[in-house]
Amino acid sequence: MKVRIKFRKFGVLKFLGHLDVMRFFQKAMRRADIPIAFTSGYSPHMIMSFAQPLGLGITSEGEYLDIELAEAISSEEAVFRLNRVMAEGIDVVSFCQIDEDKKSSGMTIVAAADYLVVPKEAEAKALTEHNSTEPVFPASWEQYAAAFMAQPEIIVLKKTKRSEKEVDIKPMIYDFHMEPSGIRLKLAAGSEANLKPDLVMETFLTSIHEESYPLHYHRTEVYAKNPKSSEPEFVSLESLGWRIPGERDIV
Amino acid sequence: MSLISEESEVAMSKLMLSDEILLKVEKPARYIGNEVNAVVKNKEDVDIRFAMCFPDVYEIGMSHLGIQILYDMFNRREDVWCERVYSPWIDLDKIMRRQKIPLFALESQDPVREFDFLGITLQYEMCYTNVLQILDLSGMALHAADREESDPIVIGGGPCAYNPEPLAEFFDLFYIGDGETVYDQLLDAYKDNKRAGGTKKDFLEMACQIEGIYVPSFYETTYKEDGTIERFYPVNSKAPARIKKQVVMDVTHTTYPEAPVVPYIKVTQDRVVLEVQRGCIRGCRFCQAGMLYRPTRERNVDMLKDYAYKMLKNTGHEEISLSSLSTSDYSELKELVTFLIEEFKGKGINISLPSLRIDAFSLDVMSRVQDIRKSSLTFAPEAGSQRMRNVINKGLTEEDIINGAGQAFEGGWNKVKLYFMLGLPTETEEDMEAIAVLADKVARRYYEIPKDQRIGKCQITASSSFFIPKPFTPFQWASMFTNEEYIARAAIVKHAFLNQLNKKSLRYNWHDAEVTVLEGVFARGDRRTAKVIEEAYRLGCIYDSWTEAFDNEKWMKAFANTGVDIAFYNLRKRELDEIFPWDFIDVGVTKDFLKREWKRAMEGEVTPNCRVQCSGCGAARWGGGVCFEGKN
Repeated sequence: MKVRIKFRKFGVLKFLGHLDVMRFFQKAMRRADIPIAFTSGYSPHMIMSFAQPLGLGITSEGEYLDIELAEAISSEEAVFRLNRVMAEGIDVVSFCQIDEDKKSSGMTIVAAADYLVVPKEAEAKALTEHNSTEPVFPASWEQYAAAFMAQPEIIVLKKTKRSEKEVDIKPMIYDFHMEPSGIRLKLAAGSEANLKPDLVMETFLTSIHEESYPLHYHRTEVYAKNPKSSEPEFVSLESLGWRIPGERDIV
Repeated sequence: MSLISEESEVAMSKLMLSDEILLKVEKPARYIGNEVNAVVKNKEDVDIRFAMCFPDVYEIGMSHLGIQILYDMFNRREDVWCERVYSPWIDLDKIMRRQKIPLFALESQDPVREFDFLGITLQYEMCYTNVLQILDLSGMALHAADREESDPIVIGGGPCAYNPEPLAEFFDLFYIGDGETVYDQLLDAYKDNKRAGGTKKDFLEMACQIEGIYVPSFYETTYKEDGTIERFYPVNSKAPARIKKQVVMDVTHTTYPEAPVVPYIKVTQDRVVLEVQRGCIRGCRFCQAGMLYRPTRERNVDMLKDYAYKMLKNTGHEEISLSSLSTSDYSELKELVTFLIEEFKGKGINISLPSLRIDAFSLDVMSRVQDIRKSSLTFAPEAGSQRMRNVINKGLTEEDIINGAGQAFEGGWNKVKLYFMLGLPTETEEDMEAIAVLADKVARRYYEIPKDQRIGKCQITASSSFFIPKPFTPFQWASMFTNEEYIARAAIVKHAFLNQLNKKSLRYNWHDAEVTVLEGVFARGDRRTAKVIEEAYRLGCIYDSWTEAFDNEKWMKAFANTGVDIAFYNLRKRELDEIFPWDFIDVGVTKDFLKREWKRAMEGEVTPNCRVQCSGCGAARWGGGVCFEGKN
């Protein structure tokens, strides 16, 4: 049985690298007694894969990992057990069954991700005050954001290890607008095309001569292309799963 | 379906370091604390705040069992909050100095200087400059005498505390021996003194009357003209003339952590560790731990099984390891290992069994717990020739080694590691060359197996380190050599390897000689060597046990600047009646026994292990352990 776990990463654990988050969940599965399946062979390891690595320093309420279960466990029970053994800064939001098909694994279907960008000092608000009406950025930025997106193309210099090349990132920005709670981004993510939020924001800040404005990035959701229809174009990875029924075991 | 309650929203634990710094340094998770099973208390609710420090980088410090035991033991007390402190890595060290950020404890992120105690474990001599780094970054004076009344009491412990003299002036007190015994007494005394409005000196006077506690400022040393010690004596009427090592005799009914802290980043010892026994019955004459931790005390096997369950469950680790100085000598080993395999192997838990003697049983066990093709077997003959092995009392014959290797080869292994020491007392060129000869004999044994029954070539890797005489061992009288002489000895071995029949299957590497010389000075150093450590630190030495940081030139400059002579500590012949800087510590094992053993070593005579025959070392006076096995 394949399962998708959605979790949040925040507070001091934003300094935990991707590999360490994997190690954390491997140990958490054991502490929580989740009946996870192992690979066969001489040194078996847990069948577990993460959807989309999160950069160091970024917080998130939409992280995903897929696991394979050796035996069933109800969603409610699993979430309860996992949250009992989490650390302050990682908690599990949901635990859903997904399609057995290999092509539905989180790693391969990721297509977009949402980010909320706030001023550095408002970091704590990113997770809690989504619908704040108190604007966190100067009001004028709303127009700047609109103007930024109105450009026919947005050329940036993408540096790789070997070379630098000019790329138009505009087609990879699906949304960029300002709200009182911060700047909202929907960006291409995954193996086909991937755009990092800091590259977009640096370009934006440069265009308004605010290069050194300190920012905090918060991921709010990760999406797949909608497999059923073109409207909406993207659906959250969580929505592709379904709840595993059953009560909590009485402990 | 979310079970997240509103109150648990946004954990904004405060950090000492800014985001900007944390995003700049290597592995920021070293500095954030907040690990699973870390203990967080309210500082207003406790009487004593204890900062427990391992003066090396997080990954090394977090792997240390002793600290885990003490951390757990202290935090069981409601009136104490014990937190952890490690050395900031070189990148952060620079930033903290530049920006004047005080060293902090991981759990509360509060400055160490606000604590009541700073306990520093001393596991190897090459961490001594890191000890000064810890004091310095904390914002305290390096010398105990110069520190403020409000500064924490600085305690040293661990194996290097058995010769505390090179560090004497930096510490307020040293705790000599097993931590499980008198810490409660010490902490209670601190509380009593605080309540009574006593001074730091009042507390130290109370502390020095507790068995096992050494307060260096209450003692003085005078030296003879030749530089050796004339007299070491207390100058405070409350301080005892001798300090008695602490031993926890019942290692089953004592404190052991059920839920050790689980690090986020990969640390050296990333697994559950079960300490099966303390002490060693073997009596190798070079081995300090083998003498210090006498008598050998075993833990009850049922206790260990119970802890295996609990610790795996509470940590989620995927590996469990047995630990002790010589695990093969644990009398319930078979039962314990069989239990671990049957109980946990099927659940994807790795079982790691370091330091097992190679025999039919251990080979069978190892073939069940590891992939033979990938793993290598390790032998520690320590010396190449039988004569030399007799001198060091390593009760292992060439036949044992060849037979063990033969069984392993027939079991499918083809990689063997051999560990040796060079620079041992009485060592001749022949003894050095014997290392290569022995390695070749092991390879020859492999090629005796018919070609169609073996998998390719074998790979025999021999490594040698240079022997360093340690206090409280029969070899404490031994002389060391110069850097050049060590390198010359390694070259002789290297050359001998080239003359072996199976040289293509053999590899030889040796450890650094420069560090050996320094370790030698501080292992048997006296109070006068403290200024070298301080000068080296001032010149910029830290992390001396790390090759990338070690700077021998600075150390040599430190010796030159302070006028301390390496030859006096390393090359001089020590007389049998010399007073050593550590002689005031009573470890149970008597100096008479050590002298007897030193003489037997010179004659190449072997002394049987504790289970074969008691040699009257003196440890029996603790009234238990292996000394009284079968005598109830």
